[in-house]
Amino acid sequence: MNTQEHAVSHVHRDDIASRMGMWLFLFTELLLFGGMFFLYSVYRFMNAEEFHVAAKELNTLIGCFNTAILLTSSLTMALSITAIQKDNKRLSILFQVITISLALGFMVNKYFEWTTKFDHGIYPGSDTLLAKEPGEILFFGLYYVMTGLHGLHVVIGAVLIGVMTRFTIKGVITKDSFVKLEAAGLYWHLVDIIWIFLFPLFYLIT
Amino acid sequence: MHKDETHQHMHGYGIYLLVWMGLLTLTGVTVAVAGINFGALTIATALIIASIKSYLVLTIFMHLRIEQRVFRIFLVVALFFFIISIVLLFADYSFLIKS
Repeated sequence: MNTQEHAVSHVHRDDIASRMGMWLFLFTELLLFGGMFFLYSVYRFMNAEEFHVAAKELNTLIGCFNTAILLTSSLTMALSITAIQKDNKRLSILFQVITISLALGFMVNKYFEWTTKFDHGIYPGSDTLLAKEPGEILFFGLYYVMTGLHGLHVVIGAVLIGVMTRFTIKGVITKDSFVKLEAAGLYWHLVDIIWIFLFPLFYLIT
Repeated sequence: MHKDETHQHMHGYGIYLLVWMGLLTLTGVTVAVAGINFGALTIATALIIASIKSYLVLTIFMHLRIEQRVFRIFLVVALFFFIISIVLLFADYSFLIKS
């Protein structure tokens, strides 16, 4: 980035280009997850019955709960940007901290969900899983890879927002310069959108 | 909306709360509807509701509504190719399965 400083402490920057760069990155994420959604759709198309049977193992309640958590975290993320735009630093920091806490809450739920699956003997390569129908093995393979990759994004997003919180506290992110926070927000909302599709495709096929 | 703006306008707190309530309501709808069997339309219903939710997130939370037009064009192009890929994929697979 060009940080050529003028004498009047005027730093050259281009917020629109920064946001555009973030959007371009999000399109590559669309390709990453898109490929998996293609895989999911073809396998489901070919193994419709087995996908239905396998999906009964998933806990819809935890899925719903996590959906609500992520949607709310998207709300607080968006609110933190409005807060900094209104020059309300403390409120912005508070919203960012709530967002991070909700992200951790999501991961805690994920932990309990996955360990319950492991206790039932359902994990990649387990004897219980391998004894199931091929379509069910595919379903759980996709389930672990897709929700796992999504979970990784949640962790990365939470770390990113944590860095932004530090920037906000230190005064790097201010009322007049908040494009970093916006970029982190865009990433966070993308994670939310991916979950919006993962949730009905895995938890709601009954 | 606002064209040719050099600096970004902003959303107030209120619209975000409204969108959030809308998103939670739609989640409730998709869960309630999942129990009903519409046959082939079941998955279509789920995907349509998910698309509406994504639209809300993209336009309001991700500021596309108040962003310059070029951002919306970029997204439409990206989604266009994404949809082309999946349509061609299924054109192929539905043929393979039948034969």
